[in-house]
Amino acid sequence: MIEIRFHGRGGQGSVKASDILAMAAFKEGKEVQSFPFFGVERRGAPVTAFTRISDDEIRIHCYIYEPDVLVILDPSLIGAVPLTEGLKPNGKIIINTVKDPRDFTFDDAENPQVFTVDCSTIALEYGLGTASAPIVNTAILGAVAKATGLVGIDSITEAIKEKIPVKKEANAEAAAKTFEQLRG
Amino acid sequence: MAKKTDKAEIIILETADDMPPMPASMGSMRVNKTASWRSIRPIILEDKCRRCMTCWKFCPEPAIYPTDPPTIDYDFCKGCGICINECPFDAITSEKEGK
Amino acid sequence: MKKVLTGNFAAAYGATAAKVNVVAAYPITPQTTIVEILSEIVADGHLKADFIKVESEHSALAACIGAQAAGARTYTATSAQGLALMHELIHWAARGRLPIVLTNVNRAMGPGWSIWADTTDSISERDTGWMQVYCENNQEVFDTILMSYKIAENEDILLPQLVNLDAFFLSHTSQVVDMYDQKTIDSFLPPYKPTIKLDVENPRSFGALTSPEHYYEFSYKIAMAHEKAKQVIADTGREFKKIFGREYGMTESYRCDDAEYILVTYGTIAGTAKDAVDRMREKGIKVGAFKIRYFRPFPVEDVVAGLSHAKKIGVIDRAVSYGHGGAFFTESKAAMYGHDIPMYGFIAGLGGRDVSIEDISGMVGHMQHQDPENMIWIGVKK
Repeated sequence: MIEIRFHGRGGQGSVKASDILAMAAFKEGKEVQSFPFFGVERRGAPVTAFTRISDDEIRIHCYIYEPDVLVILDPSLIGAVPLTEGLKPNGKIIINTVKDPRDFTFDDAENPQVFTVDCSTIALEYGLGTASAPIVNTAILGAVAKATGLVGIDSITEAIKEKIPVKKEANAEAAAKTFEQLRG
Repeated sequence: MAKKTDKAEIIILETADDMPPMPASMGSMRVNKTASWRSIRPIILEDKCRRCMTCWKFCPEPAIYPTDPPTIDYDFCKGCGICINECPFDAITSEKEGK
Repeated sequence: MKKVLTGNFAAAYGATAAKVNVVAAYPITPQTTIVEILSEIVADGHLKADFIKVESEHSALAACIGAQAAGARTYTATSAQGLALMHELIHWAARGRLPIVLTNVNRAMGPGWSIWADTTDSISERDTGWMQVYCENNQEVFDTILMSYKIAENEDILLPQLVNLDAFFLSHTSQVVDMYDQKTIDSFLPPYKPTIKLDVENPRSFGALTSPEHYYEFSYKIAMAHEKAKQVIADTGREFKKIFGREYGMTESYRCDDAEYILVTYGTIAGTAKDAVDRMREKGIKVGAFKIRYFRPFPVEDVVAGLSHAKKIGVIDRAVSYGHGGAFFTESKAAMYGHDIPMYGFIAGLGGRDVSIEDISGMVGHMQHQDPENMIWIGVKK
């Protein structure tokens, strides 16, 4: 079983991202589970969401404490909340940022593999959100697919088109672009 | 087993097995003729009655039918006297039962 | 057909697949999406049912009672304070022997105001005469609603049933759910045909004054129906397996055969407990998990058969009966009377507090090294 934890801010679509990733893996015949941290959501406040992907039945029903993968939708969260807490050794961290993977060090994680991609710029190119608040949840999933190899990009784009009610094509294409532009 | 009495419609429930699962009557409540405990019998005076049907409206049973003039069903009238009290024309009188 | 659904969607689709005739419900977090999706399904014509908009939970259940008494298959859903507001009519439905199915999304009672998981709401309805079942995952929610109608409507049972699922841990968590083929579901669950109902052609009086001469017998009949329900639940579970491939009993054992320590629990914690058992087994601890699905009727025979070989038994309750302990614990302990096995009552996860694998392993550690107690608070901040 692979456990993925999403960190974003209210309004960025982290919860939807966890759902879409689960849906994409389901399309490839996997057992899946996705859910948000059950809090009271406010725009701009830190948001956590979770996805589990497995070949076998998923029985566990608690939060993810030891993730295999971290997806960080907002780089301003780094240092602000304990993001890497519990990350497994050699765990993967995918960050939405203009910076290079080598610019990041995580002292409390054991040999993390860091990947970066500028989802905010790509999202704006495709008209997703505004300059002050780009919606990056769909875009970053292409990078997640590439970095982890958990699901194919086609399953991601299909799942996006199913789960997103508007600008289906633009959202799917943004994901395909981050799949290409991933660094790390 | 449910026993049937001389009055064919009334079913006596002796055991739990006789009883329905919920407190429901075994049939229409019309078999339960409630007039047995009446001590006062109301009588509509046809001459005084103006057919306003106030008695029909107020009878709680309801044991008064809106006919011309209204009629009282003495199988169900319990003799509460509400019709006597409510009639605006004093057209309902009463006599004691078992005279 | 398989889909990725939240627990609430699984519940709404379960009621839809059961072809209910009347839905009356009032929205409350975290149950809200059940009402939303059902109102859409009815409005779109995918379910030929009357959706009755009501002004409170009390009215919701009242509407179901009236409709069910008139011969309709009815469905409602609520949570916490909503269930509490229904309380008077919860008794009414059971004593009226109306096989209504109610999905309760287990939420903590306020104050402090909480929308999160806690089973105190449903356990407070223990003595109403309703059957109560607790679900571990979303597939079980869907399946249990189908089975609930079949069990509840059985001529020998005629009891309403609460189908419970944990707030958020199921209600807002997406999982894969197989929804089967509607024709197969129809053959498993034919339309509701009550023998006694409100009927102008054959009038009856319902719920009339009942003297001491008869009230006692009506209570006896409800108690006997609960006893019979144990067999009907088992039979329905087996029939369900034959048709749909998944088996459900009143309880479920996981790696209990050679277990020295058995953890008894219910709801979503039962799923996490299975993973915890696997991890502890890797470390050589002989531990098993025992899930109780039905709280009413309480599966005394299954509990005794499943636990009597254990050296120590722990029971995890996501609720507390103040002044004594968790209800699953006290019921299990009463069932195990005479077996002389140390029993530990763990209180965990109240008000949505997460219960992790680490927490559950900690409970087994506690059982290994401490004396038994009725109320052991896990993770309380001291």
